[in-house]
This record gives sequence, structure tokens and C-alpha cells, in this order.
Amino acid sequence: MAVAALEQEIMSLRKRRQLYSLIGVLLVIGVVVSGYSKSNSMNSGGFFQGLSQFFDYPSEIVVEAWQSGPAFFGIMAGFLPAMLETLNIAAVATLIGGALAVVLAMASSRNVDSWGPLIPVTRRLMDITRAFPELIIALFLIFILGSSPVPAMIAVALHTAGALGKLFSEVNENIDRKPIEGLSACGANWLQRIRYGVMPQVAPNYLSYFLLRLEINVRASAILGFVGAGGIGQELRRTIGWGQGAGDETAAIFVLLFITIMIIDQVSSYLRGKLVGSDRAH
Amino acid sequence: MIQFDKVTKTFGARTAVNKVSFTVEQPQMVGVIGRSGAGKSTLLRMINRLTPATSGRIIFKGEDILALKGATKRRWQRDCAMVFQQFNLVPRLDVVTNVMLGRLNGHGTLKSLFNIFSKDDVAAALSALDRLGIAQEATKRAEELSGGQQQRVAIARALMQDPHMILADEPIASLDPMNAKIVMDSLREIHERDNKIVLCNLHTLDTARTYCDRVIGMRDGLIVFDGPPSELSTDVAREIYGADESFNEAATSTSIEGNGQTNPAGVMAPAAAVSG
Repeated sequence: MAVAALEQEIMSLRKRRQLYSLIGVLLVIGVVVSGYSKSNSMNSGGFFQGLSQFFDYPSEIVVEAWQSGPAFFGIMAGFLPAMLETLNIAAVATLIGGALAVVLAMASSRNVDSWGPLIPVTRRLMDITRAFPELIIALFLIFILGSSPVPAMIAVALHTAGALGKLFSEVNENIDRKPIEGLSACGANWLQRIRYGVMPQVAPNYLSYFLLRLEINVRASAILGFVGAGGIGQELRRTIGWGQGAGDETAAIFVLLFITIMIIDQVSSYLRGKLVGSDRAH
Repeated sequence: MIQFDKVTKTFGARTAVNKVSFTVEQPQMVGVIGRSGAGKSTLLRMINRLTPATSGRIIFKGEDILALKGATKRRWQRDCAMVFQQFNLVPRLDVVTNVMLGRLNGHGTLKSLFNIFSKDDVAAALSALDRLGIAQEATKRAEELSGGQQQRVAIARALMQDPHMILADEPIASLDPMNAKIVMDSLREIHERDNKIVLCNLHTLDTARTYCDRVIGMRDGLIVFDGPPSELSTDVAREIYGADESFNEAATSTSIEGNGQTNPAGVMAPAAAVSG
């Protein structure tokens, strides 16, 4: 009797789940179809006409770069200081933002015994810093502080603090509480529990996210040059604005940026692989 | 030495520990037995202040330790070392550092944050490890050790705290019989040589009989038995566990030499149990 009733309940539960899945699929299809027709109607020239002209500018750049011959590498070397400035902005911003993120993460996770009333405050604080893209903060700061790498650095650091803080606190929420309890039982205070119970567990993941953020921040810092923060972005904006005749310089910047980002990506993914693999957390 | 006065803990409507009162007059090895949920762990955790008590007092040297706060509370936590079922070591740190963490309470915060431990700390940690026979593992990471070895590291950490008493919350429940014996022998040895109170939650009756000077039986938060292990007959055990006639402890005994009640000759404890 009881089994029969249970069977009925399970069957109706399954039917309801299937209904929900169907509604979900229909919703997704609806959004895609309506989104496409909306954007197509708003396009000025239509997608396929634009496609034929799409490659005109890139091919112009390539032709100009080809014509400059071996001098191309000289041009590339000339942009190295600007590239270094961008890397500098990214590195300093990631370090400062990362340090802030550790503090924010430790103050916003119940799992590591953060002070209760502080948790919602720090979480909202991180939401706010994360909500504004670097570009918006940088525009705002450049307006106040003038065109220089400093406002860009502050902008990237702020966004990094929020973004990494969120990721760090999620790492915190997933750690094993037993070591913390063991240290509590020894009479260790909160900072000591964080240092020895939490940090050894989270350090590899923190560093991994930190390196990932460094990659993202190099790209972000390059873009910030467009709004006057200096570095390679500013050079790129100048050469693109120049239009015809500066194609070789534009190409040189693109190649330099591409190579740099690729190197950073490769090095950081190698390091991250090592970190999560076998290390001694000291 | 330590006196429990109507110690109570309630979780919502459920009373986990109900007005428990008893006194440990001299350094004894006390075994607390009872089925899961009887309140054994809660009782131990209240002594170490990991779980706040709802009411009652625990008096040690004239002081109510349930009223301690802040730094004095942490100092007390250092004085009553805790050994856990799951060891609660820091898995990614090496063994010797794990043991030295037992001294964190005595060190300044700033200094300890930079992982600065003195030569004395290292020497003390090594001698504690040596006493438990695992000094050779000192540089390995804690997570690389077997369960039995990890529990011995945890006991070494407890020794490092130089405590008045050791609380052991089911220290052998996740260990195989051989390692269980090593761990229980170590606890017994610490009790005898250092003359410390050892309060130990146990799941197996034969262990309680062979190692403890005194057995406290808990059922539904109440103390239903308190006496020497010789009085712990099968009938009393049935009463503690709320079991019927079919209850046969030999069926789940972890003693290697059969039922510990009939053949305890292989373990060092019985003679000591009488004198203690």
C-alpha cells in the first residue's frame, strides 16, 4: 500500500520535472529567436553587406607591415617601453588588489569565523567594487586626477579587490573546518587560526586565481590606454586614429601585445599547474 | 581537581547533556561510554569550550572555566588539550610544524604569523614525536601519514601544549585495531608517566575496561553509570546502551585477542587500572 503511494508520488514528481525542463528549453529558444530578429532589424547595413568590407582594414594593415620589411621589428622594439608601462600598471594593480582581496575574503566568510556583523558589509563592498568595470572607474579617476598611469592602476586594483575577494571567499567557504577546530582547541587566536588553519589550505587556489587575474589585468590595462591612462593602449589608439600610413605601427603593437599576453598566459598556466599539483604550503 | 556541577547543553528543544554532575578528584583515566547521540562529544567539547554550555559550572582550581572569556579562555583551551576522532591536523603543513602549533597560544601573534618558532619549540616537538615513536616522520606533510600516525601526531601536539588534562573524543574510532592499541597505549602512558587526567570518549566496551580507571556511562544526556570498570557488567552495558537480551559486545569488539573482558593479558593496562 505504502509502496504504491510512493510510486505514484515519484511518477508525478518525474512528470513535473519533465514539464519544467520543457518550459526551460522553450524559454531559451524564445530568447534566441527574438534577440536575433531584434538585432537584425536594428542593424544599419545588414549583416551580409558589412561582411564583404570586414577584411578591408586588416588587410591594409598587413600590407603596410609587409612593406616595411625588417624595419618592422625595430618598430616593435620601439613600443617596448609602452608595453612595459602597461605590464607595470597590471602588476601593481594585481598586487594591491590581491592584498585587499585577501583581507576582504577573510572578513566575509562564515566558514573561517569572520566577525558576523561584518560579513554582509564586506560582501556588499565587494559587490560595489565589482559592479563597476575598470573602464568606468578609470574614466572617473582620470577626470579627477588627470591622464597618467596612476588612476588606471587604482581603477584596476579596485575592480581586482572585488573580483578576487569574491573568488577567495568562495575558496574559503569550501575548506575543511577540522584544522581550524584543532587550532581553536589549542587556544590559538583568530589571526593564528587564519594563518595556520586557513592559509595552507587556500594558498594554492589563491595564487592560481591571482595569476589568472594578472592575465586579465594586462588586457584591461591595455584597454585603459584608450581613455588616456598611458601604456600600449594609448599608442594603439594613436596609430589607429592615424588611419592610413600608420598601419605598420598598428600591426607592430598588435603583434607585441599578442606575444606578451601569450607568454603571460603560458607562464601562468604552467605555474598554476605546479601550484595545484604538489607544493609545500609555507 | 575538576568538578562538574549540573552542566547542561540544549540544542533547541533537545537536551544533549542534562544536568551532569561528577568530580574527578585525582589524575585518573576516565572513559565515557554511551551510544551515538548520548552527549559524550558535547560534554567533552564543553570542557574545552569548543561548544558553549547552556548552564551549569565546571570548576577547575576554584575557577569556573565556563565563565572564561577572550585570552583567559584561550589559555584554558591550551591547558586542556583535545584529541579528535578525525585528528584535525593541518594536512598541508609538515608534521613538526603541526606539533609546534600546540604552542601557538604561548606566542605573540605577530611573531607566530611569520612562522617563527624557536629552537626550543623544534626540540620539544621532536621529543614529543619521539615519545610517540614517529620522530622519523617529522618532515613529511601531515596528509601523507596514515590515520594511526596522524592520530599520534595529534597526541604529540596535545603534549606540546603541556596541558593539565587531555580530552580525547573517540580517538580510535577511525583506526584499525593495531593502531587503536598504539594510540590507547600512548594515552595510558601519558596518564601514568605525566600524572595527567585523561578523559576519553570510547565506542568499545573492551577498550574502556582495559584502559580506564573509571567508566562513566551516558544515556540521553544523563549519567547512568559511574564506577570502576570491574562493575561494568553486561547487564550494566545493556542499561547504558538501551539494548535488549540479544546484545553481545563480542560481536563488534575490536580487540585483536578476542573479547578483552576474558583475555586482557596482552595489554599493559590492567595492573595500572587497579593501582590508579
